[in-house]
Amino acid sequence: MMNRSAHCEMISQNSQEISLSLSGELSAHTVGPIWTEVTEALKRHQPKSLRLQAEGVLYCDGAGAALFLQCQQFQASHKGACEVLGLKADIQKLIEIYTAEKPAPAPEAVLRLNLIEKFGRTFLKVSADIYDQIVFIGQLTANLYSACLNPRKYIRWKDVWAVVDFYGMGAVLIVVLINFLMGLIMAFQSAIPLQMMGADIYVADLVGVSIIRVLGPLMTAVVLTGRTGSAFAAELGTMKVNDEISALKTMGLDPVRFLVVNRVIGLMILFPVLVLVADGAGVLGGSVIFKSLGYPFRTYFDRVIEIVRLQDFLGGFIKSFAFGLVIAAIGCLRGLQAKNGPSAVGEAATRAVVSGLIAVMVIEGVFSVVYYYLGI
Amino acid sequence: MEKNKPIISIRGAEAGYGERVILKELSFDVYPGEIFVILGSSGCGKSTLLKNMIGLYVFQKGQALVDGIDIVSAGEEDLFRFFQTIGVMYQGGALFGSLTILENVMLPLEEFTDLPQEAREAAARLKLKLVNLNGFENYSPSEISGGMQKRAAIARAMALDPKIIFLDEPSAGLDPITAAQIDQLIVELSRNLGLTFVVVSHELASIFTIADRVVFLDAKTKGIIAEGKPEDLREHSENAFVRDFFNRTVSAV
Repeated sequence: MMNRSAHCEMISQNSQEISLSLSGELSAHTVGPIWTEVTEALKRHQPKSLRLQAEGVLYCDGAGAALFLQCQQFQASHKGACEVLGLKADIQKLIEIYTAEKPAPAPEAVLRLNLIEKFGRTFLKVSADIYDQIVFIGQLTANLYSACLNPRKYIRWKDVWAVVDFYGMGAVLIVVLINFLMGLIMAFQSAIPLQMMGADIYVADLVGVSIIRVLGPLMTAVVLTGRTGSAFAAELGTMKVNDEISALKTMGLDPVRFLVVNRVIGLMILFPVLVLVADGAGVLGGSVIFKSLGYPFRTYFDRVIEIVRLQDFLGGFIKSFAFGLVIAAIGCLRGLQAKNGPSAVGEAATRAVVSGLIAVMVIEGVFSVVYYYLGI
Repeated sequence: MEKNKPIISIRGAEAGYGERVILKELSFDVYPGEIFVILGSSGCGKSTLLKNMIGLYVFQKGQALVDGIDIVSAGEEDLFRFFQTIGVMYQGGALFGSLTILENVMLPLEEFTDLPQEAREAAARLKLKLVNLNGFENYSPSEISGGMQKRAAIARAMALDPKIIFLDEPSAGLDPITAAQIDQLIVELSRNLGLTFVVVSHELASIFTIADRVVFLDAKTKGIIAEGKPEDLREHSENAFVRDFFNRTVSAV
């Protein structure tokens, strides 16, 4: 049925009258060319009367009905007459069904805003977002405080270990790889200029200090923001879309306690461990280049141990708790803020990664300044 | 169209997921222009049967002729053409959130016909008017109510004027008035346009309003335990469970 054809034959066309004969099967698959021909002729001539001879029409679907209707409407709006002749009774009835006036439920008028109103609304939206964030920080602080007071009962340790297990074990490999390459690349890039000055032995100092103080924790934070922060946002966003968050609330359970606290604590446990792994991998990466410069491994590790002070290591280590806290909190917040609809989860994950990365860099900066004034 | 030649004919079909058989030895016919309801208690495989009938899953055994195509043995291309000849409404409506209501209905017309833009729009508007959604063309799915979304989904299913429309739980989760409106719409479309409807439902009120014929699926026997007009089954079914279902009582366990 769908591939049978429809025909349109112009009998006459001038500004007085257009007369044409339609035949065949007028369906969505065949009516296209006819539609173009007829509407163009109508627009060109704007005739006083339009005569459609439709004896030959065997079948007509919604698109065919739309064609007849379009002709009638065009003629009505240009004060012309429209005549449909010889249409079969069942097709006539079909067109009547489509054209029957239905009482339309009046939709609300779409709101149109001027620039000032738009600005005001944006301002309110941003304020509401900031307010949300302050409330969330408050809720999280209160919950973490309660958790500290009564860790055994308040924290759902089963969920915490699930987070550590799932997001920790999976991240080890990528953290090792990224940091190993980081150490390797840094050693390689610095070895060339240092070698020119005969100072290639200091590659060990450079790699050791920068990886352990800054880059180990920082690269781990970047990996976990992309991997875990976004996953938290997607998980909580999906729960929000499925009304699971509302279900928790109406059961009288605090979503922050049930969903956020365990993730935050889980990541705060996990993060320092991953930083240890990252430090090791980074330093190891540097050793490969050092060895290729002709020194034994022993020399490299001796230098690293000699040059890296305990406070360098502790500085990076303490920072990692802050990273864990912030990455988890931002991921969860973005998840809880998810709106409804199919794109909400993706949007929440994206926002979690973007704000997570910004927060990681800001924290890194703040710690650098603080450590500088503390003389660490 | 011959009235006595079935448009859908299922013979000895078996449906399931891998090793797990959900329905077996199914045989039934659907005739042109009728509203055919698949019913049964929760978990008996109603939706599975529907998904097999529309070619989303493939029956593991047997023969299933839908509009002249055997969808069990059909290749990918045949199946692709088959999809264009049927209309399906999913349980939640499954409208695309990134498109407006009008664009949702226009999408199949855009993809499968060469109609000019103006004609596509006009045809889609007619379909929306048919389901009483004129005026809401430029709303996005999230801005209209659940009942309206289902009606918009029916309009989208009708976009290419299919002969058979499959509806998965059209009135589930709606208030009685909205559900009744949807039922009325289905009956009107069937009577006026001669469309064939295959409907999955377990809403009793809806079944009695719309169904010309029903098949009753059962999870225990994994097959059809009753077939016929709902009124007849309520009064005269040999199966006590079927009578209970229609009368909303619990007697036989």
